Amino acid sequence: MLPYLGCIFLFLVGIYAILTKRNLIKIAIGFCLLEYAVNLFFAFIGYKKDALAPIYTNVQQTKNFVDPIPQALVLTAIVIGLGTTALLLSVAIRIYEKYKTFDIKEIKRLKE
Amino acid sequence: MNYLPLFTALPLLGAFLTPLLSKIWERLSDIIGNIITTLLLILSVYSLFLLPIFGNIYVYEIGKWPIKPIPLGIVFTFDNLSLLMVLIINLLSFACAIYSIIYLDNYTGRWKFWTLFLLMVAGLNGIAITGDLFNLFVFIEISAISSYALVAFGVEKEDLEASFKYQVIGEIAGLTILLAIALIYAKTSTLNMADIANTFINENKGTLFWFIISLLTFGFLIKSALFPFHFWLPDAHSKAPAPISAMLSGVFIKTLGVYALSRLIFNVFGLNRNNAPYYFDILLILGILSIIIAGFIALKQENYKRLLAYSSISQIGYIFVGLGMANFWGITGALSLIFAHALGKGLLFLTAGPVEREMGTLDINELALLKKRMSFSGIVYTLGALSLAGIPPFLGFFPKLFLILGAIKEKMFGLAIVLGIFSILTLAYLLKITNKAFTKREGEEVRESGSMVISFLFLVFLIFILGIFYFNYLEPNLISKASEAIIRGIEYARLVLMR
Repeated sequence: MLPYLGCIFLFLVGIYAILTKRNLIKIAIGFCLLEYAVNLFFAFIGYKKDALAPIYTNVQQTKNFVDPIPQALVLTAIVIGLGTTALLLSVAIRIYEKYKTFDIKEIKRLKE
Repeated sequence: MNYLPLFTALPLLGAFLTPLLSKIWERLSDIIGNIITTLLLILSVYSLFLLPIFGNIYVYEIGKWPIKPIPLGIVFTFDNLSLLMVLIINLLSFACAIYSIIYLDNYTGRWKFWTLFLLMVAGLNGIAITGDLFNLFVFIEISAISSYALVAFGVEKEDLEASFKYQVIGEIAGLTILLAIALIYAKTSTLNMADIANTFINENKGTLFWFIISLLTFGFLIKSALFPFHFWLPDAHSKAPAPISAMLSGVFIKTLGVYALSRLIFNVFGLNRNNAPYYFDILLILGILSIIIAGFIALKQENYKRLLAYSSISQIGYIFVGLGMANFWGITGALSLIFAHALGKGLLFLTAGPVEREMGTLDINELALLKKRMSFSGIVYTLGALSLAGIPPFLGFFPKLFLILGAIKEKMFGLAIVLGIFSILTLAYLLKITNKAFTKREGEEVRESGSMVISFLFLVFLIFILGIFYFNYLEPNLISKASEAIIRGIEYARLVLMR
């Protein structure tokens, strides 16, 4: 149970950072935390107590192995997350070049 | 129909060819982009004729991993609902691709636009045809990431700001959807949508079930920009280049939001008005609020594209009212509105391109003062606006009619009146632009460029012809079959797995 609670905690920290921080880079970090929380949760799903690696050979004819699919999916999700984080940061850098600040209070050219 | 993967493979091929070949000649990327979108349009129209022969559903097993007895691999499923979405996506991307040949003269980095555009089309087509939950997420992210980059394509101050907001909000939605997928996998140990539907039939609909549903609904409502989650849309859609605004408003929010949500809710989880009345009431109420609030905000807008963006939120409200009714007329109305709004709003956003290019501003009060006029864009804009507001000879009339019929059938007369009145409000705020920007008698006449005129004429022709022959062609062959696919609910699972 504890690892799952850890995931939820990480998720909430990420949400907190996105909602309250005024610095674009800190928002990006909060977003990364959010993403790690979800990925970690996904990885935990495949876990089984005392299970072995999912390799089935003539030598090791194990019946009790962990579910390999979540690991494969998490790998994909991590790569997608890499792409989004890279794009987020590069847009943040371009914003810094234009506005000379990372503070969202000063970046509000768009009217309501 | 074993050409099904081409719907994603062709645009991906194009996306990777453009950076390479544009080193030889920059214009080559225009040619590749247009060839790919034309081929996609031909394929999707061809599927329209081929699908009934294959019994209205076709399942493609990727890599020949068999779907029976256990679905191990990824499958593409193609039914009438997917067909509808694929047709809309490729009609509009065809028009936008032609339009972009001239439009891109305003920007540098022509091939970057085409790479991102084709990636987005690949993602959208993939969402429409996939039958696998994680695959759906991957395609959502492909199209979403390329749209974030496209919103910032102008790299002006406002573009970057809009893109940053859009990315943060969009990714929160994406991660919520991923969390829901993780929970679904934990519960069912499968990712095939049909198999998940089969597992959930016999399950007790407990707390976890509703938690999953609410996570998915939250994520997809952000993607579709329904009322409480709409705040990112006006910035992103008004700051994107004109063809991208047209794609985003026309098909993007509908494929990522409306289509994906209704596929999961109706076909996978088998919700309907009998077993989940409150859920559909919530959708209905959010839809009505969206129509009313976004309608009034649109009335106050002074910026050409911002007004159109708020109008999109209002029209998304109409679509969700239709889904919320969840009866045949409501869903037919919602689906035909997806079709009519894609063409109509696409056309309106495309007219913003030449106006911005020739007049140098999009503020409608400044446009009114300029001593220039654009008669052709004005006529095209007005025709599109009339269609969107639901004036009879055009395509946009029928969705509104069906929605009002659906409301009357559910004995919600107040709703029927609201829908009618706000359809007139739609006309009021859309014609505000015609009135201020296009009805000028003096001033020099500015002409639009060739490829833009072709795409305008293409869309106007479709709106007009499909409106006139609506009951002869579009309704029996496409819309009513697609709404049957939704209404049949988890019958979808049986059709996919029985093959």
